[in-house]
Amino acid sequence: MNTSVTIAGVTMKNPVTTASGTFGSGQEYSKFVDLNRLGAVTTKGVAIVPWEGNETVRIAETYGGMLNAIGLQNPGVDVFLERDLPFLKQYDTKVIVNVCGHSVDEYVECVKRLSEAPVDLLEINISCPNVKQGGITFGTAPKMAELVTRKVKEAAAQPVIMKLTPNVTDITEIARAVEAGGADGISLINTLTGMKIDTKTRKFVLANQTGGLSGPAIHPVAVRMCYQVHKAVGLPIIGMGGIMNAQDALEMILAGATMVAAGTVNFVEPDATVKIIEGIEAYMEENHIDEISSLVGAVED
Amino acid sequence: MEKTVGKILRQDALGGNVFSMEIEAPEVASQAGAGQFVNVYTKDASKLLPRPISFCGFDADKGTIRLVYRVTGKGTGTEEFSSLGAGDRISLVGPLGNGFPLLNGTPLLIGGGIGIPPMLALGKNFYERTGRRVRFVLGYRGLPLFLKEEFEPYGDVFVSTDDGSGGTHGTVIDAVKENGLSADILYACGPVPMLRGVKALSQEWGITAYLSMEGRMACGVGACLACVCKTTKTDAHSKVKNARVCVDGPVFKAEEVDLS
Repeated sequence: MNTSVTIAGVTMKNPVTTASGTFGSGQEYSKFVDLNRLGAVTTKGVAIVPWEGNETVRIAETYGGMLNAIGLQNPGVDVFLERDLPFLKQYDTKVIVNVCGHSVDEYVECVKRLSEAPVDLLEINISCPNVKQGGITFGTAPKMAELVTRKVKEAAAQPVIMKLTPNVTDITEIARAVEAGGADGISLINTLTGMKIDTKTRKFVLANQTGGLSGPAIHPVAVRMCYQVHKAVGLPIIGMGGIMNAQDALEMILAGATMVAAGTVNFVEPDATVKIIEGIEAYMEENHIDEISSLVGAVED
Repeated sequence: MEKTVGKILRQDALGGNVFSMEIEAPEVASQAGAGQFVNVYTKDASKLLPRPISFCGFDADKGTIRLVYRVTGKGTGTEEFSSLGAGDRISLVGPLGNGFPLLNGTPLLIGGGIGIPPMLALGKNFYERTGRRVRFVLGYRGLPLFLKEEFEPYGDVFVSTDDGSGGTHGTVIDAVKENGLSADILYACGPVPMLRGVKALSQEWGITAYLSMEGRMACGVGACLACVCKTTKTDAHSKVKNARVCVDGPVFKAEEVDLS
């Protein structure tokens, strides 16, 4: 049985990684999860300088999901390189670094700082709904998405995965744009913009008013978009959005994802990533599947 | 560390929507400290996030922990917890966070509202460590004065109530002043306005205060950055003026946190 997958020439031992922002830099969950088991660890978004993030309250639970408006708080790329990356390099797992920026220049500067580092893949966040500048503003206009992709590709030493937002009319339009910009892969979906109001106080629950919805409530949306993008472009996809178990992960793979990322479920089951890997292996054994890659996009049309 | 399943030994209603749950969870109990907390999971699949609840007590020998919590409304996770009884199972992760350090000198332990329960664990620890009774100031909205008698074996208990139904009519700080209390070190857990008052008191007296902060948490293990509180200096981990309540706290030195 071969669970390994390859994205842009980087081979991962299995198709499971973590969704950026839900797993810290890996260290936080390393007491629950043997990081050696993971295909890759995708880090919390990192920027060229430290970001404060948003005011609190930053999260709210919703039915079958949660809203977050962290605002990409991060310690900056220098601290990431000195502290977080060396920690991850102790493990036999690939490292996908999520990069965020307020401007094209900030993305480019951050990617350049990472060029000499032992990083396997870059995941460029053009889809965060919780920051005022950058983030989603680059991910909702095709021309802008293409431009960011091209500029980042010019500066990057590692393969570039663009992370897309579902908060668009037609996700395939953005997917084609990043493909045209030279992306090596696509991650989707980031969170769906949502809002929660406290009826007692008649105030917004989140300080940021809006937040990104994640969790099992959004899973069918993610599966649909993964399928659409897989049909529309030739790039490998890291599929994410409400994956709670191996079945959800397999669904995403059948829809067209080469790799999957577990996010919110880490808060529910701290060792969810390993359970998902074990579940995928069990499914392959039961169904006599030799190569996980044979399941990618294998849903019957 | 992993998610463990504890067996509920008893559940008691303490009045005012406050409940006490004793759980058999030997591994958690053997590592627990006052001021630390556990993540408690509901059985409702539509509620994803764990509920962080501080220890009101723990007994490593018996392998038990005690959680005292307030039911926050209809259909909530805490309401589900309150419906459980002896023999039922409950999923937990913990202990999490940094607790209160037990330092030398005369302590004054201050709890407000649902911040009262952790002070019982701390007071018991002090009493068992030193053999000396400590002083507690407990601030309630009003009656019932839940847990009050349980503090009495470990020290003198002074009470304040918002509505004047017991003890000093006013805040915990009013109770400290009215009773002429003094201390070498302050320990507090409660709502932010109360913690602000305790911090001001520590500055007035020129002594150290340890404050247990509350934050809206998702992961509880330092990954998601939901529960941050503002710090007075650039935090060593975050490199900004934010610290994670779940792993850098929940207990902080008063001078480290910006409560303004």
